[in-house]
Amino acid sequence: MKIVVCLKRVPDVAEAEVKVRPDGSGIIDDRLVFDINEPDNYALEEALLIKERVGGEVVLVSLGDEKVEEVLRMGLAKGADDAVRITDPRFSGLDGPATGMVLARAIERLGYDLILTGCMATDDGQAVVGPVIARILDIPYATLVTKIELGDGRARISRELEGGLLEVSEVKLPALFAIQTGINEPRYASMLGIKRASKREIRVMGGSDLGITEISSRSEILRFFIPPVTKHAEIIEGPPDETAAKLAQLIKEKGVL
Amino acid sequence: MDFELNEEQRMLQDTVRKFANDVLKPKAPEIDKSAEFPHDTIKKLAELGLMGVVVPEEYGGAGFDFLSLAVAIEEISKVCATTGVIVAVNNSLAAYPILTFGNEEQKKRYLPLLTSAEKIGAFALTEPNAGSDPASMEATARLEGDHYIINGSKRFITNAGEAGIFIVFAVTDKEKRHKGISAFIVERDFPGFSLGKHEDLMGIRATANCELNFDDCKVPKENLLGEEGQGFKIAMHTLDVSRIDIGAQAVGVAQGALDEAIRYAKERTQFGKKICEFEFIQGMLAEAATMTDAARLLVYRAAYLKDKGVERFTREAAMAKYFASEAAIYASRIAVQIHGGYGYTKDYAVERLYRDAKIMEIYEGTSEIQKIVISRQLLR
Repeated sequence: MKIVVCLKRVPDVAEAEVKVRPDGSGIIDDRLVFDINEPDNYALEEALLIKERVGGEVVLVSLGDEKVEEVLRMGLAKGADDAVRITDPRFSGLDGPATGMVLARAIERLGYDLILTGCMATDDGQAVVGPVIARILDIPYATLVTKIELGDGRARISRELEGGLLEVSEVKLPALFAIQTGINEPRYASMLGIKRASKREIRVMGGSDLGITEISSRSEILRFFIPPVTKHAEIIEGPPDETAAKLAQLIKEKGVL
Repeated sequence: MDFELNEEQRMLQDTVRKFANDVLKPKAPEIDKSAEFPHDTIKKLAELGLMGVVVPEEYGGAGFDFLSLAVAIEEISKVCATTGVIVAVNNSLAAYPILTFGNEEQKKRYLPLLTSAEKIGAFALTEPNAGSDPASMEATARLEGDHYIINGSKRFITNAGEAGIFIVFAVTDKEKRHKGISAFIVERDFPGFSLGKHEDLMGIRATANCELNFDDCKVPKENLLGEEGQGFKIAMHTLDVSRIDIGAQAVGVAQGALDEAIRYAKERTQFGKKICEFEFIQGMLAEAATMTDAARLLVYRAAYLKDKGVERFTREAAMAKYFASEAAIYASRIAVQIHGGYGYTKDYAVERLYRDAKIMEIYEGTSEIQKIVISRQLLR
């Protein structure tokens, strides 16, 4: 079983104070910590678990400059067999669908039985790369996947829906699954794994290797901004019995009760 | 001059930081309270390769350098100083002297046990009446046939209560003073070995600190580490290395305390302002941050010298340990101060960090001893 996993390097903004560049073209990221996109980390773990169960190999793919090699290398340290970085001056700043197109061309050349991606990237939240890859390769796909059981040429998968609903479906392989966080417990790389991975060469593929001469995004981000803080909060002061009464009245007035 | 960690050191740092935050941080208050040795997390650390960071792969280690070990201990100690010192002792006080002074058989037998944490390591130098002056130790070892017979006791031994392998120092020739001290590898189940009093510590409480008693303890002749009379040299050289790691532990505590102080100062409001807007608070944070960074640079420099293969880094290791413990104490003190009354309760981590920090200017050579070591090197 050859499993291709797509990884994205993203800034960790969960606990950081995010500041926007003065021209609104993006966020100031020189002080931010970058890491593997969290849902991709679950996809990587799922691929490693499948490999441990049924054998095969795990190949990692990421699009970007040299900096993405750190997430590829961490994937190798955890047990992936091979890693490919896709880079080309024409590929920088592509939108989600265009990125999916480039990745699809690369995966086509690498060969695959199963493709795993995270269900979305935590930085742009587009959740589009996986489905685009599957459409271009013309293979079935499923998103928000929380369980994968492999059978003969098929996979039985569970998907997590709103309201606590679970959907179980059967999908013909090869297929692409966009993995939901929480599907497994991602491992930590061992020191030995790190030692070995840090010395590995990472294969690089460019536009000419993929037969892509022209590519462009069809959407453009105009600006980022942090919405101004407005004063919608009302602080109720006074002893507890009075404030509680006032609060109850307000809740009634707003029609909550 | 390069102030950046290399790629594998960064990957190690990143991994240990995540593990520490996910696994060690939630357990830290728990083991501080119960004082129970954290076997399960130590096992996990061993699986990741952190119980034998500098031990070569052929003996079950990860084969990293000493800077990497310091970085790992710093990251662990940021969230749990207890685990930090357990790891430091196993790596630099138990595995390191066997790796450096042991023969091939000793390395093959003992290092895989230590790196896998199948047996925890401990270092038994200090005695009830011989702390800062280890050359005055009273424990004796005499050769009888195929065995050394050890008599005496050791006190304040980190990991001892749960350890399986001890580096033990004892006098083989009283006439020769410190040149008559020898080092032995002692297993817990050797006849005549027993554990004494369990210490109820102020900080680093789950480190199984215990007294050791040797009552005609029979140690096979082949468990002599190095040669007879080399013990003091082995102890001093090992302490040079381990002081780097105690320095790293102290840097971790200082950084952990500083992080908590900054977070709280940005949250807490008094007099209608966030307390971080007050200059007294800003001054404390600036001082603690500067001390922490300076301590880290001293620790990294000492590790760098060791990695470069420099013969003597005694002065630099002593400076690192001395200054980093000062930084840990200062940073944890201001962290408690900034938290005010809350900082004096067990609801906040800074109270624990403050108690943990104190030991760092006592063990593995008090700050006073470090100053003697440093000045001796200056005045040679």
